[in-house]
Amino acid sequence: MSARVDVPRDLRIRSRWAPHVTTLRYLALFALVCLFLIPVYVLVVTALKDPSQVSPRQMWNLPDVLSLDTFRTVWPKLETGFRNSLVMAVPASIISSVLGAANGFVLSKWRFPGADIVFALILFGMFIPYQSILIPLRQVLSDAGLTNLTGLALVHIIYGLPITTLIFRSYFASISDELIDASQVDGAGMLRTFAYVAVPIALPAFAVSIIWQFTQAWNDFLFGIVVVTRATHWPVTVALNNTAGSQVVPYHEAMAAAALASIPTLLVYVLMGRFFMRGLMAGALKG
Amino acid sequence: MYRLRKWGPAILLILPSLLAIGVFVYGFLGWNLTVSLSDWRGLRPSYNYVGFENYTRLASDGRFTNSVGNVIVFTIVFVGGALLVGFLLAYLVERRIRGEGFFRAIFLFPMAISLIAVAIIWRWLMSNATGAQQTGLNRLFSSIGLEFLVNDWFKADQPFAVMAVAIAAGWALSGYIMALFLAGMRGVSDDLREAARVDGASERRVFWHIVRPMLLPVLMSAVVILVHISFKTFDLIFAMDAESRLIEMPAIYMWFTTFDSFNFNRGAAIATLLMVGVAVVIVPYIWYSMRMERRQ
Repeated sequence: MSARVDVPRDLRIRSRWAPHVTTLRYLALFALVCLFLIPVYVLVVTALKDPSQVSPRQMWNLPDVLSLDTFRTVWPKLETGFRNSLVMAVPASIISSVLGAANGFVLSKWRFPGADIVFALILFGMFIPYQSILIPLRQVLSDAGLTNLTGLALVHIIYGLPITTLIFRSYFASISDELIDASQVDGAGMLRTFAYVAVPIALPAFAVSIIWQFTQAWNDFLFGIVVVTRATHWPVTVALNNTAGSQVVPYHEAMAAAALASIPTLLVYVLMGRFFMRGLMAGALKG
Repeated sequence: MYRLRKWGPAILLILPSLLAIGVFVYGFLGWNLTVSLSDWRGLRPSYNYVGFENYTRLASDGRFTNSVGNVIVFTIVFVGGALLVGFLLAYLVERRIRGEGFFRAIFLFPMAISLIAVAIIWRWLMSNATGAQQTGLNRLFSSIGLEFLVNDWFKADQPFAVMAVAIAAGWALSGYIMALFLAGMRGVSDDLREAARVDGASERRVFWHIVRPMLLPVLMSAVVILVHISFKTFDLIFAMDAESRLIEMPAIYMWFTTFDSFNFNRGAAIATLLMVGVAVVIVPYIWYSMRMERRQ
């Protein structure tokens, strides 16, 4: 490679079209932003309209007056599902992350013979179409009397293990072995090294893993309809589909319900987008 | 004994997870395979071996072949579209522009909401109602003089119906593809680009000769991820128009035939085929990723 030369900015060869290219780029970006926000626009203006102003003809119009009436109408239909998803997704994502941390630590810093094969086998579980395990799953859970929220949480913990393991394994791999070795010299065993050295330095990975798992569990629908039999235990996505998933429901109620059910994950996205992003990239393995 | 002392605690620590995955992934896959070779129909399990009968029957099951046709068209349109849009977004955002974080956040946010919510919004946007009931995009098109764009969307004739589903899916996922490409483009070292610029290469040539070749692995990841997502498409269709054969895909048909009509054997056969389809793209991908990792 040639030696690096610092070239002053104004000496660089620049096309005289450069400023126009930049303008074009911004124009294209704004056009795309508008396109991407069309569904959001419709969602927001519809959900906030007074029900009396809602009609197919008026879908694109701004509300004359802002009203939360539609939200008030649909909230009772989602409330139970909302609470169910919360009490299911929070513990599920934490437990799945703790187990993932242990796996990731062992598979990157305590590599027993065959550790890579074990990891590949775990990883495979992340990509399977869940249809291919649904029949046995439903059978086992109903035999165990777990066709409820506990069962659903268990399912999210187990099928979350591949991604949480992956997140922690990559994280620990980026941390130098010296830290681990030092604690071994001090005489700490593997379990103590994990609990007192590895876990405290892995807090960022916990954030990524918990946020990712929470989003997955909250947004899941398939496990919800297959695992849970009683309506009182349905997660929010199933409640949403039942409330808004037919053409009989007026569309403003459907939109308001969709908005309400999306609030928690959107909040997570807005407040902790950086961690969400890293979970997303982890899912793609190494590009 | 030494080996046991050395590796024992480590294996103990991951044993619960290994058991869980062993049973819930591999055990269940095997179990499902057994069901697919059995005569289990109705609510009571039955495991009489019938060979590949359930599979051969699928070949002449019009509803199944229809769903396969749909998923093939859907995969081509959705994967192609998401790659194009995702790449375009990454290309536009990449050059250290002002407000980059804002643009990225907008294009990526659909990844944070459930596909059920996505389907509900798009089902109304793509309504094919006419006359006074006309609404959504069709209403918008007619009110701004673009009547020729008015169409039946996901209620159109095949194969166009699944293309409408692909629009909603593309909206939800092209931000993800943008993020993948963006990470790939950023991975190309600035030194390398600068060296080319010093040598007099224009921005376009820097992109073509330096950045582009390095994006091939990213492109491969993106294709694999999109294809396997496409094969698994379920929520989106379920909430958009669950009963419609126009957009039915194997993952949906499996659910209906199993949990609605109680043809567990047929459902298991579809599920196994689905698994094989996904494994064909995923197994080489995992193998390749692990090999790249070992090389580094």
